[in-house]
Amino acid sequence: MLSWLPENASNLASGVDNVLLFVTVLSVFFFLLISAFLVGFAIKYRRKTDHDETPYITGNELLEVIWTVIPSILLMFIFAWGYIEYREMRYPPDNAVEVNVVARQWMWQFDYYNGKKTINELYVQQGRPVRMVMRSEDVLHSFFVPDFRVKQDILPGMYTQLWFTPTKAGTFELFCAEYCGTAHSQMLAKVHVLGPEAYAIWEKGIGVDKDSAVASSLPPAEQGAELYKQRGCNACHSIDGSTLVGPTFKGLFGITEKMTDGKTITVDENYLRESILQPQALIVEGYQPVMPAFEGILSDEEVTALIEYIKTLK
Amino acid sequence: MSNGTAHDTMAEPSFYEPKGFMSWLLTTDHKRIGILYLVTISFFFLVGGVFALLMRYELLTPEADFLSPHTYNVFFTMHGSLMVFFFIVPGVAASLGNFLIPLMIGARDVAFPKLNLGSYWVYLAGTAILFGALLQPADTGWTYYTPYSVQSQTDVVLITLGVFVLGFSSILTGMNFIVTIHKLRCPGMTWSRLPLFIWASYATAILQLLATPVVGITLLLLIAERTLGIGFFDPAKGGDPILFQNFFWFYSHPAVYIMVIPAFGIISEIIPVFAKKPIFGYKAIAYSSFAIAIISFFVWLHHMFVSGISETAAAIFSFLTMLVAIPTAIKVFNWTATLYRGSISLETPMLYALSFLVLFTIGGLTGVYLGALAVDVHLHDTYFIVAHMHYVMIGGTVFGFFGAIHFWYSKWFGRIFNELVAKVAWFLFFVGFNVTFFPQFFMGVQGMPRRYATYPAEFQSYHEISTYGSWILAVGVVIMTINLIAGLFNKEKPDPNPYGSLSLEWTVPSPPPHENFTEIPTITDWTYGYGKK
Amino acid sequence: MEQAAHHAEHDLDPAVEYSSSKLGMWLFLGTEILLFGGLFAAYTIFRAKFPDMFSEQHKELNLTLGAINTIVLIFSSLTMAIAVWAAQKGDKKKVVIFMIITIVCGLIFGVNKYFEYSAKLSHHIYPSTSIFFGLYYLMTGLHMIHVFVGLSVLGVITYLAHIGKFTKDYYTPVEVGGLYWHLVDLIWIYLFPLLYLVG
Repeated sequence: MLSWLPENASNLASGVDNVLLFVTVLSVFFFLLISAFLVGFAIKYRRKTDHDETPYITGNELLEVIWTVIPSILLMFIFAWGYIEYREMRYPPDNAVEVNVVARQWMWQFDYYNGKKTINELYVQQGRPVRMVMRSEDVLHSFFVPDFRVKQDILPGMYTQLWFTPTKAGTFELFCAEYCGTAHSQMLAKVHVLGPEAYAIWEKGIGVDKDSAVASSLPPAEQGAELYKQRGCNACHSIDGSTLVGPTFKGLFGITEKMTDGKTITVDENYLRESILQPQALIVEGYQPVMPAFEGILSDEEVTALIEYIKTLK
Repeated sequence: MSNGTAHDTMAEPSFYEPKGFMSWLLTTDHKRIGILYLVTISFFFLVGGVFALLMRYELLTPEADFLSPHTYNVFFTMHGSLMVFFFIVPGVAASLGNFLIPLMIGARDVAFPKLNLGSYWVYLAGTAILFGALLQPADTGWTYYTPYSVQSQTDVVLITLGVFVLGFSSILTGMNFIVTIHKLRCPGMTWSRLPLFIWASYATAILQLLATPVVGITLLLLIAERTLGIGFFDPAKGGDPILFQNFFWFYSHPAVYIMVIPAFGIISEIIPVFAKKPIFGYKAIAYSSFAIAIISFFVWLHHMFVSGISETAAAIFSFLTMLVAIPTAIKVFNWTATLYRGSISLETPMLYALSFLVLFTIGGLTGVYLGALAVDVHLHDTYFIVAHMHYVMIGGTVFGFFGAIHFWYSKWFGRIFNELVAKVAWFLFFVGFNVTFFPQFFMGVQGMPRRYATYPAEFQSYHEISTYGSWILAVGVVIMTINLIAGLFNKEKPDPNPYGSLSLEWTVPSPPPHENFTEIPTITDWTYGYGKK
Repeated sequence: MEQAAHHAEHDLDPAVEYSSSKLGMWLFLGTEILLFGGLFAAYTIFRAKFPDMFSEQHKELNLTLGAINTIVLIFSSLTMAIAVWAAQKGDKKKVVIFMIITIVCGLIFGVNKYFEYSAKLSHHIYPSTSIFFGLYYLMTGLHMIHVFVGLSVLGVITYLAHIGKFTKDYYTPVEVGGLYWHLVDLIWIYLFPLLYLVG
């Protein structure tokens, strides 16, 4: 249709687009109307001499009534239509599948009904309604997929929800739409809408989502570099030496670290593997125990790739 | 046909005498206090503008290659805070209002001249606190949403304290203006003969009085949470982060009308003069300002449609939001009708007034998009909002403000500016503004979120156009500023009433003497008697 | 000569000045009510959310000191009103005496609050202890700041009365200062039951 709209990829998109288009048509009409009068009057009644005669017109009651009543009616209509489409968004069907969303600075975690977990990648089935049950671990976030026309803020201490039925297969962008701090603009995710067969394969896949696995034809360190960004490690671990939420990866491999329980360890492959899969086991002194566990989210191959990548960061 | 006494030909010294730095700092003359505010708010406008230009420069490319994300976030916080609290909220009311209100109603000064000076000093105190806040500038956005504003490691307390202090200035000025308008009107200046700028100032002052204390207590609660550890907004302690949003917007929605209603007043003054026609629908325009002021207290939840509110609340507030559009539309129609069969002259003030009508209409219409629930779900927190707010604030208030400065320039400063240069500056500003912000509507519909230091590559063309527009806009503003300052050095004396206005302030010399009027005038007609036989 | 004439014209007519000042003060008091209104709104919201917290924790408050403070403030409003009445009569001595009594009452209020707060703090009850106590400290603290501001203003007015600035034709500051003081009292009259009494 009109290319200035995003893709129409959910059951809710048309409803939103129709109201939006209607308001646009009205707005363009009234804007042109007013502009035409403004420009027309400015030209037609341009001052000719310093002593032009002008009529003493102070108002017109009929006009006031007309231009009060007509906009009022149109505005009420827009309100009603906007509300009707909005109601659609608030009542998920009973057969919707549920996905739990945990939003945190600055990554998305999706927990599925069958125990699967993904980071920054959301998997849904084309044609099947899905309900997102969302909470934040820290500050406000917001789940926003433009192509679906859905948005809902995510709060700490309370669940919020939204639902949609994806109508097109493909990959769509998910943004965080409520300012949440330094890496707000990097808190991105991808929504993978899979056809029924592909979704069934994904659903049954053990542990890790192979579809989103980074091409394993890359050498491990390069694969690790891609994963570092894709899986959200970059939100908390820098590669330039600066301290973020977690320790920097630069020069990390091989050094000795003091843990909060007093132990001293050397950063080797095993320590890194444990830190990725079960980070709460050992916490470096001076840091908070806030890292999510990637057990069941990253494959062995991916963990190895990340370790190889970290080794290259001198 | 003319009101009041003929303009004064006595060689009375203007209000610029006596000279001297201390006489300015300790002045109680409303005209001088208006200039003090004008200088200070202009400074913050330019600084806030520089932050914006730097942000737009960063946004030329998708990556954060010029500013780090943290710096970008600090910049949009500073840009918003400076522009909203230090420029536009005090802005028109405190500078123009101070200069014009007593003159327009035939008074010698405001009701409480010393308190007026006090208001300015309080404003300066707020700005002083702001400078302290620059050591570890906040990165929360000018809206200071919790929980992030409680958790951020930047200095949130000082900047919110600065804003709190500024609020006092706003309250005291509003109070002063209301009492002035009630008690100091000259004989014959009945309510139905009041210039519309006075009606607008009155409505604005009511908002300043009623709404500002609420942001005061909101920021105090935030400061208490950060410093004393109270958990009003922290779910872990039983609090509610959305409570902050409710408190904040209860003020900040009326605040946007504090920003724009004075500009409405300016347009109502400029158009009749340059069309030589009475204002069309005087009562409609006067009462609609009050209708807007009152309704504005009941729409705040439209900033929170996706915050996690109930369906019923959303529906009620969407309905009320549509209501506030009606008196606004009525004004635009009446202003347009004023031009009918007029004798229209397109000097600089009129160019700004007519562009206000076009641009504010766009801003207002795009507000209707946002009042419609389903559409707002998609557009909230995108660049559509950024474009909407800048169309109403710049296209509305700033265009009105610049128009006013040019219109009353000769009266206020006793000087003349270069008309051709002023028109060139207006043109660049108008074009630059639209090139900057119009593409942002489309970006927003496409899904580009706001407050993003980095963005997906598909939005780059929009951002590039927007940034180039910001450069044109900046050139326009710079030329306008230089032109207006240069005019101060031009020794040529202006005509005391160059545009043929019937309003009282034009019956005194340019610039006026300290006491305004030799004799307090007596009014026998309203100020829009153009064409009356 | 001309200067004097201009100067005289610039001064407002006393009746206008009087009614202007009263209008101005009423408007300002309106803003104070909104300021505290925000806190009362927060109180209402959290009380509805945590009724048990409120009914349990308010018992920790010192009812005796609170009651004494209430009586002291109400009494001070009375003496303030008498001071205004005396001003209307032009009775300078009574104005000064009753304003001093009013100020002393305000100081007693302050001293009581000092005892109250230090007792709480020594029992490790801080603003961060709970939302109830956060509200208690904030509401009474903000109120006390207003008491101190009021005392300063009243102090200045008392001094002006003492040096003979006021007559029975001009006593606006006394009346307007009195209005402010009455508001300070009124706010406390709402605070006291909400915080100390309601279970």
